[in-house]
Amino acid sequence: MINVEHLVKAFGPKLAVNDVSFSVERGEVLGFLGPNGAGKSTTMRMVTGYYPPTSGRITIGGHDMVEDPIAAKRLIGYLPENAPGYADMTVNGFLNFCAELRGLQGDARKRAVHRAVELCFLENVLYQSIDTLSKGYKHRTCLAQSLIHDPEVLILDEPTDGLDPNQKHEVRGLIKRLGESKVVIFSTHILEEVEAACSRVIIIDRGRIVASGTPAELKARSPEGKLDEVFRAITLPDTVKHEPNHEVHA
Amino acid sequence: MNAWANIRTIMKRELAGYFTSPIAYVFLVIFLLLTGFFTFTIGNFFERGEASLVSFFTWHPWLYLFLVPAAGMRLWSEERRLGTMELLLTMPVTTWQAIVGKFLASWLFLALALLLTFPVAITVNYFGDPDNGVIFAGYVGSLMLAGSYLAVSCMTSALTRNQVISFILSVMICLFLILAGYSPVTDLLTRYASPVVVEVIAAFSVMTHFEGFQRGVLDTRDVVFFGSVIGFMLFVTGVIIRNQRAG
Repeated sequence: MINVEHLVKAFGPKLAVNDVSFSVERGEVLGFLGPNGAGKSTTMRMVTGYYPPTSGRITIGGHDMVEDPIAAKRLIGYLPENAPGYADMTVNGFLNFCAELRGLQGDARKRAVHRAVELCFLENVLYQSIDTLSKGYKHRTCLAQSLIHDPEVLILDEPTDGLDPNQKHEVRGLIKRLGESKVVIFSTHILEEVEAACSRVIIIDRGRIVASGTPAELKARSPEGKLDEVFRAITLPDTVKHEPNHEVHA
Repeated sequence: MNAWANIRTIMKRELAGYFTSPIAYVFLVIFLLLTGFFTFTIGNFFERGEASLVSFFTWHPWLYLFLVPAAGMRLWSEERRLGTMELLLTMPVTTWQAIVGKFLASWLFLALALLLTFPVAITVNYFGDPDNGVIFAGYVGSLMLAGSYLAVSCMTSALTRNQVISFILSVMICLFLILAGYSPVTDLLTRYASPVVVEVIAAFSVMTHFEGFQRGVLDTRDVVFFGSVIGFMLFVTGVIIRNQRAG
C-alpha cells in the first residue's frame, strides 16, 4: 500500500532524512520511533506530499506522490504535528470544510462529519470556535479531520501528544481498531505506546533507520527484554556532539 | 469541474473568515469613512460644480495603498503561523487552487467594500447628470487596481509568517507600482540604469493605466496590464510556496 524507497530530504547542507526505505501493507500499524529531531516528521511530511523529497520515491496505493499527488493524497488522512486548525472556525465548520475538500457533498458530507464527531467524542464542542478549545479537544478535532473521508491510509504525527491518560488510551484503542482494516503510520516518542498499538516498529535516528521489526523482536535485543533499553542503546541523545556527516536538521 | 469546486470551497472559508473576526467590520467602516472624507472634504466634491466622480476615484490608489495590504496580509502568513498550510496542502487540492481561492475571496471582499460606496454614485446622480458610463469604467478600474495590490499582498504574505512584515513589504511594492511612472523617481533611476530599463520600469506604474479608466475608457491594454500584474504576482506566490517546501 505504501512504498517508500531511498527517501532523502536535504535542507541546505543538512540531511534531515537520509536514505529511508520501508513499505507498509493493509492491516499493519507501523510505529515511527525516535528522539526529537530524528526526522520522523520530515519523513511523514514527504509521505503525505507536503515536502517534495530531495530524492527517492513514494507510492501510495500505486500512485506516485510526485507524479500524481492528487490521486495519492486522496487515499491519505493526515494529522500533522501540533494538530493545526483554523482558529476562527467552529469545530463543525472546520470538519465540513475538510469534508468538502475531500469531495464529500450533501448527505454524504453530513454523515461523514457525524461519524468523525462520534469517533473522536466532539459532540460537546461542535459549535465552539477552535481557538477556545483545550489542547485535547483541539487535537481530537484535527484527528477527526484526518478520519473524515474514511481513508485507506492514516498518517498520524504524534497522535497522543497533549492528551490526558484517558484520552491517550482511547486514541491508542482507535489506532489499533483502525489498523485492522487500514494502513496506519504513527510517530511517537512514548515507548509504551509502541507496545500497545504497533504491529511493526521503525526506529529513526539522525535521519536514518537504525532498527526495525515487531515490538517483540526489538525487545529481544536487550537482555532484560525492555524496549527503552534497546532505544537508548541504538539512538544517541541530542546532547552528544555529532560528527559533521551526521548533521541533522532539528 | 473538480478544480472549481475546490477553489469555491477554499474561497467560501476565507470569505467567512473575514466576517467571523472583526476585520471585515473595521475594514468596511474605515474604508467608507475615508472615501467619504477624501471625496467630500479634501476632494471638494461640491465646490467643483461638476457631475463626475473624479474627486472620488483620484484617491483610490493612495487609499488602497494601506487598506488593501491590510486586508491581504493574513492570507498566507496566518496559514503558516497556525500550521494549517500543512493541512491545506496535503488535501487533494493543488497549490494554485488554494492560491486562486484565497485571492478570489479577498477580492470579492474588496469588491463588496467598493460596492458599499454606491451612495456616492447616487448623490452625483441626484445633483447632476453625470455620464454613468464613465462612473462604471471608474469602478471597474478601481476594482482592477485593488486586485493588483491584493495580488502583491498575497505574494508578500506567502514570504513570511509575520503579518507586520507582510504588510510593510506589500505597501512598499505597491508604492513602487504607483511611483514607478512618477517623474522624480524616473529621473533618479536614469542616473543608474539605461533609458530602456527606466522605460520598462515606468511602464509598470499603475497610475497611467488607472487614469484611462477614470476618463471612461475601457482600454484592453489597461485591463491586460492589471490582469498581468495579478497573474504574475499569484504565479510568484506559487513559486514561493513551492520553494519553502522544497527546503
